[in-house]
Amino acid sequence: MTTTSTTPSSSVPGLVHGVYAEGEPIRDTKAPPGPIDRRWNTRKFEASLVNPANRRKLSVIIVGTGLAGGAAAATLGEAGYQVKSFCYQDSPRRAHSIAAQGGINAAKNYKEDGDSVYRLFYDTVKGGDYRSRESNVYRLAEVSTNIIDQCVAQGVPFAREYGGLLDNRSFGGVQVSRTFYARGQTGQQLLIGAYQALERQVAAGTVEMFSRHEMLEVVVVDGKARGIIARDLVTGEIETHLADAVVLASGGYGNVFYLSTNAMGSNVTATWRAHRKGAHFANPCYTQIHPTCIPVAGEHQSKLTLMSESLRNDGRIWVPKNAADCEKDPREIPEEDRDYYLERIYPSFGNLVPRDIASRQAKNVCDEGRGVGPKVGDFRRGVYLDFTDALKRMSAEAVAEKYGNLLDMYQRITGENPYEVPMRIYPAVHYTMGGLWVDYDLQSSIPGLFVTGEANFSDHGANRLGASALMQGLADGYFVLPHTIRDYLARGPFEKLEESHEAVVEARASVDARVQKFLSIKGDRSVDSFHKELGNIMWEFCGMERSEEGLLKAIDLIRGLRDEFWRNVKVLGAADTLNQSLEKAGRVADFLELGELMCIDALHRRESCGGHFRAESQTEDGEALRHDDEYAYVAAWEWGGQDGAPVLHKEDLVYEFVEMKQRSYK
Amino acid sequence: MNLTLKIWRQAGPKAKGEMVTYPVTDISEDMSFLEMLDVLNEQLNARGEEPIAFDSDCREGICGMCGLMISGKAHGPEVTTTCQLHMRSFSDGDEITIEPWRADAFPVIKDLVVDRGSFDRIIQAGGFISANTGSAPEAHSVPVPKPKADRAFMAAACIGCGACVAACPNASGMLFMGAKITHLGELPQGQPERDARVVNMVSQHDHEGFGGCTNIGECSSACPKEIPLDVINQLNKDLRGALMRGE
Amino acid sequence: MKMLMAGSGALFVFYVLVHMYGNLKIFAGVDAFNEYAEHLRTLFTPFLPYAGFLWLFRVLLIAALVAHAWSAFYLWSRARGARTTRYVAKAAARATVKSKMMRWGGVALLLFLVWHLLQFTIVKFNVGSLPAEGNPGLLVISSFQVWWVVLIYLLALVALGLHLYHGVWSATQTLGWAGNAAARRRAKTLGTVIALVTSVGFALPPLAILFGLVKGS
Repeated sequence: MTTTSTTPSSSVPGLVHGVYAEGEPIRDTKAPPGPIDRRWNTRKFEASLVNPANRRKLSVIIVGTGLAGGAAAATLGEAGYQVKSFCYQDSPRRAHSIAAQGGINAAKNYKEDGDSVYRLFYDTVKGGDYRSRESNVYRLAEVSTNIIDQCVAQGVPFAREYGGLLDNRSFGGVQVSRTFYARGQTGQQLLIGAYQALERQVAAGTVEMFSRHEMLEVVVVDGKARGIIARDLVTGEIETHLADAVVLASGGYGNVFYLSTNAMGSNVTATWRAHRKGAHFANPCYTQIHPTCIPVAGEHQSKLTLMSESLRNDGRIWVPKNAADCEKDPREIPEEDRDYYLERIYPSFGNLVPRDIASRQAKNVCDEGRGVGPKVGDFRRGVYLDFTDALKRMSAEAVAEKYGNLLDMYQRITGENPYEVPMRIYPAVHYTMGGLWVDYDLQSSIPGLFVTGEANFSDHGANRLGASALMQGLADGYFVLPHTIRDYLARGPFEKLEESHEAVVEARASVDARVQKFLSIKGDRSVDSFHKELGNIMWEFCGMERSEEGLLKAIDLIRGLRDEFWRNVKVLGAADTLNQSLEKAGRVADFLELGELMCIDALHRRESCGGHFRAESQTEDGEALRHDDEYAYVAAWEWGGQDGAPVLHKEDLVYEFVEMKQRSYK
Repeated sequence: MNLTLKIWRQAGPKAKGEMVTYPVTDISEDMSFLEMLDVLNEQLNARGEEPIAFDSDCREGICGMCGLMISGKAHGPEVTTTCQLHMRSFSDGDEITIEPWRADAFPVIKDLVVDRGSFDRIIQAGGFISANTGSAPEAHSVPVPKPKADRAFMAAACIGCGACVAACPNASGMLFMGAKITHLGELPQGQPERDARVVNMVSQHDHEGFGGCTNIGECSSACPKEIPLDVINQLNKDLRGALMRGE
Repeated sequence: MKMLMAGSGALFVFYVLVHMYGNLKIFAGVDAFNEYAEHLRTLFTPFLPYAGFLWLFRVLLIAALVAHAWSAFYLWSRARGARTTRYVAKAAARATVKSKMMRWGGVALLLFLVWHLLQFTIVKFNVGSLPAEGNPGLLVISSFQVWWVVLIYLLALVALGLHLYHGVWSATQTLGWAGNAAARRRAKTLGTVIALVTSVGFALPPLAILFGLVKGS
């Protein structure tokens, strides 16, 4: 462990870096021992069964209706449990899984190109830069094939070949074709499949749907998760919902950066509230920066739009060799004055290097002053993604058939025609690998609180491979959670809980108080202005490249900003009506706490790994340098109290099957 | 550019609403329409007026949450969603009216926000294929001819935004429903429930208070995903067949 | 409901085509026209009594008319009920005159039908100058020698043409016969052809009479 004496100005003596404490390591993740290909079967067999007649008496609350939440709600409903499903949107079909474009991986080996469950497992562990658990990843690869079967049966219209069989493509730098897709709308089609299955259960009466509801607190009674406090976003009513188990499938926290490819409403509140009640938050600093997004156009920007990285299959990425050419029309820059930097630095992978590398190199060339497009602040933040060669090679129709909707989207947003002018792209925050810590059963450190999909930390390590998020969401929702939660529920029915129970009343009162607090501050600054400022801090100091100095500074800045927020935020309107400012205030308040933990996590992890690059840890030629001897563990953070410091619990990662190697794509 | 906005303000579901005029200045043509409203809301907030409520989530044209009637056109002058509409589609000095979707099956909740729960209930009535988790056969056991798969995909592109209802002079939800009928009806997996699906969905649609289709075509013109009128024809055909078979 | 609309509409399309065929008989002379009128009444006799088929057909038409008008009214009131708060601004993307005019055009046609039946079927009043008692052919000629009668008819035919133009295509859509782009084009073409043929076909006799090409004797 590298420790330094550097501390932020607001440090506390006795703590590491003055900001966190170290606690007991986590020794057991409940994964069964034995051959890796038998572990999931073993676990399924050993998980207790629940008699069908008893299932009706057992209730589960599921927060979030994306792939992980929607699929779980549908599946548990089909099994006969009483399910209550919550989403903040007006319909479960809006969850942000819908925006995933590229595809979903599955080890079907339909192309007979050497793929297998083991290879998908291997690629995912390697792609995650050896910071994920072997047992979990193997299970993910194993159930991936069931997902495709299930989705096809539901009527998901995957792309097909003329023979009527499913088509596959290679995706995100993987050398086998294992990605199933539905043009550029795979996430949408998978989500609609899960949504329809969910609505079918709503009609059947097994699932009760609460849309336009936001979970604001988890109810923990006698150490077990027993319900949630939610706000009806239409009437403003604070509601108590109790159950035998709670599942959080509330997605990732990329919006801590303000600008991200997440939806406007995506937030960390559900998981953060659970964290404050005792659930450990694992690897919060692991965020993924996606290389092919449409660059920021100006200060007004509210979100960033991703374009599928499948564009890198046929597009070539370059910037001018000379900074002087950056303002020129790209079509007038001769071939010899262009720097196809990915092809130059990584001749064997070229434009198909993994996301983290493509992103970081784009940042590097822009930082050198060779970025293109409009200046935002002092920099031009953009590189060219050029389809000129592809158009020469393939015909415009073939390009349109493959990428039409993406290119149209680009044109709609930027007003430029990508068939004529090279597109401009820049990295943007896209996915968060970190999330609530869960064991092999997807259970958090609060018994009865399960976490699925992007909301947990479990399967992607420090970097997620393309087309794996959809796979994990559906694997958790359809095939993993229903088995593991069964084992927990089999111990029920649990003691009947009244709304008048002390813990319930207290949880509810705290939510009420918080809502009233926001409305009573009556300060000068809008919620959005705080959110933007936080986003800038995070992007600057906890984005693609981090340094100790920057992170310490960020921690101070965030603490100052949070303090100001609670003194000076301005939330108009009332509590008993639809109030979007009030909704945002709650989300930003939680981001302001999460942001600090992310910086602390990034600070303690003094290695370059996966999606993030640590300035103090690089090779001689500037490539990322991991330190497996020191950091091959999951960092699970325990809430240290409002005024306390977070406590780090390390879960060592043991690699029995895949040998840890320094990644090289040269 | 500078614009005059006339926006529907309504405090709550039962409150009486009215059009309120707001001038906005210094709008960049690179802003999206909703970012323009964000700017206005920041100004209102600074002045101590409650910001205008409107729905949006993904802001990349796929979730279907946003939807405004912009100068009489659902999602505005371009064939896209409101969130993907950019200010370069307007000119300096324009007067723009902004209203919520108007249909009794989509009651207004506040300002520009409406309740589209009726769409969910139509799906509940039959917009699915009953395939419990784990019961699925191997994906390649049922080949689907590419033209059918492509047509199913075309129809499945519907994002459930409700623009079809908003644009329809009859406030009919037939394009939304036809898209789902066509999506599932083209696939072999969708056949067993095909008759019941169309009958139950149409019955729910009528029960929700949507108007009937008189084949005007406004829906398809307003659809950001360009779902063609075919799907209504398909719905009618399936319905006729189902009724004849005594469903 | 919409199928009732389409089905009854289809019956009318068939009927107006037959009716038009009958009208064109006037070009063959008053006698041929009268013979045709008489033939309609003796069709299927002795299986049916005198004018039996005609009455059967009339009953069917009246039923269809009631169904058509009722379903139109039903759809219209449902559409009104589906949007009780109107838009302040509403711009049509492509709703053309024909589809918007279906309702008002239909009402106009209904009014015209009353006039038309009073004139030639029920009362058989004669606004012209020829002696036409008991002679349908002469009654027709006598009537259309009056310019304003012709004008009323021409206006009605424009309404009929537009109604058919949208109605035929709309019915194919409602009955689910326009499943792809080609079928939809065919349906639209069919609508245009039927609309043109009927309106022109019906317009010919009155115009010919007005301009003296067909005379009473």
